[in-house]
Amino acid sequence: MANSISEILGSAAAIAKGMSVTLKEMMSPTVTEDYPDAPAKFQERYRGVHVLQRDEAGLEKCVACFLCAAACPSNCIYIEADENTEKKRISGGERYASVYNIDYSRCIFCGFCVEACPTDAITHGHQFEIASYNTSTLIYRKEQMLVNIAPNVKAPALPVETTGGH
Amino acid sequence: MSETITEPELHHEPEAGSSRRMTLNMGPQHPSTHGVLRVVLELDGEFIEKATPEIGYLHTGIEKQCEALNWQQVITLTDRVDYLANLSNNLCYSLAVEKLLGLEIPPKAQWLRVLLAELTRINSHLVWLGTHALDMGAMTMFFLTFREREDLLRIFEMFSGQRLMTSYIRPGGLALDPPRGWEKPVKAFLADFPSKIDEYESLLNANPIWLRRTKGIGILPVEEMLEVGITGPLIRAAGIPMDARKMTPYSSYEKFDFKVPTATENDVFARYAVRMAEMRESLKIVQQALDGLPEGPTRADAHRVVLPEREKMKTQMEALIYHFKIVTEGIAVPEGEIYQVVESPRGELGYYVVSDGSAKPLRVHMRTPSFANLQGLPNLVEKRQISDSIAIMGSLDFVLGDCDR
Ligand code: SF4
Ligand code: SF4
Repeated sequence: MANSISEILGSAAAIAKGMSVTLKEMMSPTVTEDYPDAPAKFQERYRGVHVLQRDEAGLEKCVACFLCAAACPSNCIYIEADENTEKKRISGGERYASVYNIDYSRCIFCGFCVEACPTDAITHGHQFEIASYNTSTLIYRKEQMLVNIAPNVKAPALPVETTGGH
Repeated sequence: MSETITEPELHHEPEAGSSRRMTLNMGPQHPSTHGVLRVVLELDGEFIEKATPEIGYLHTGIEKQCEALNWQQVITLTDRVDYLANLSNNLCYSLAVEKLLGLEIPPKAQWLRVLLAELTRINSHLVWLGTHALDMGAMTMFFLTFREREDLLRIFEMFSGQRLMTSYIRPGGLALDPPRGWEKPVKAFLADFPSKIDEYESLLNANPIWLRRTKGIGILPVEEMLEVGITGPLIRAAGIPMDARKMTPYSSYEKFDFKVPTATENDVFARYAVRMAEMRESLKIVQQALDGLPEGPTRADAHRVVLPEREKMKTQMEALIYHFKIVTEGIAVPEGEIYQVVESPRGELGYYVVSDGSAKPLRVHMRTPSFANLQGLPNLVEKRQISDSIAIMGSLDFVLGDCDR
């Protein structure tokens, strides 16, 4: 008898303790993020959908060197190179990428391409909502990833970390 | 292989006079199996007569895939083996490749590796604690531990750019220098977390349900544990202070002052107690790594095998050429084989790496703690009730990605 009474009391104490935690949590500020109602928060280095950068003159930074494609562990970058001419100058270098596709159904967002790029042409943006019912729409073309600036307009410098490639 | 794999018998005839025997599939979708483990239970009423774990539902072929990628790219696969201890896997593979290359890693990189590996341990233990307690009806724990885990994931994202698939520790050092202001969240975590552990313990240590479901449950003779290769917190809860950080120190662990927590009860509760104590020890290590962080580079200076610093690559022709060479041709790792061990949150994690001198590994084998620890399950749950098996499975803390790879 005494045993069961002490057991009941013990359980009651445990419940009281549990409820006190509940109450304490109710009073403390929420830590849950409000996504999707509020924008998701990211750290600076977050590896999202890639952004192809332009230089100060508005020319594409990519010089079609294929290093990113070589570094990619999932083989999802497809590039076709073309020569710049006097009349048609697309990039600052000798060549430019006439086709630059990334297949986001394969990309693992590892950042190896960004690390490999010698001209900082490819960087990670913070876009991540790219889910789709159709994988063919996941192959992004150059135009979809290129920063959107009219040619020969001085481009605002994007915040790029000095410590590394991301 | 010539042997055929026999399916465990699913329908066996009830013995004469006993209609209580039945076969039950636990998993592969059962929530308490944490992943896709199937355990075929032969039951006598509520009691388990025989348990046969069926693994392979999460087989990813990662080991084989390693042979198709070059040495640097394999890092992305090591992230995906044990998805709760990515940095431990990154570290183990990197250490193995560095040994083959004979690389000396700068102290700053070593310290940061230790710091991150210990945060990974806390992260993994938090997930374990949350889910283990959730399985036994203590739902609050799950919310509490995941709240703290979020801080850690944010730190990982800050360092590497991703919360889970970090790829941050690389052969030759670290992928990037630590980010601006990284000390702030780490310090905040160090200041906050001890009180959080106290909070968890105050909720569980006196909780009669928790105590009854964990104390005296899941005891296995130590000899049997050693026989199947159980390591990590499980073996330490059985009184054996086995820890790779102490026995075969790597990444300067010998320079850190920490204890290896042990217990002797060898039951589910002891495993819980050991892991809680380990989190406290990890905090100590992180604090030491933070206080004594040496100055210097975070990458080894070996221009043939380690990517040059970005600034150098952009300003020096020679560095740029090596950058091109490493990215396009990969690195040539000298012929040889190596077995490297680290203490992952789950136990002894080993990478056996063979090189034939080319740009791709010839073989990467992983000795994963989850696989070995799971071998103890049949004997652990034998003659116990089904509900105990949930507690026992939780205490083993396996990750199926780690088990099947
Ligand atoms: S992030 Fe990784 S997988 Fe994606 S394109 Fe770049 S290298 Fe390839
Ligand atoms: S994005 Fe960079 S690495 Fe890729 S082809 Fe262009 S310049 Fe070369």
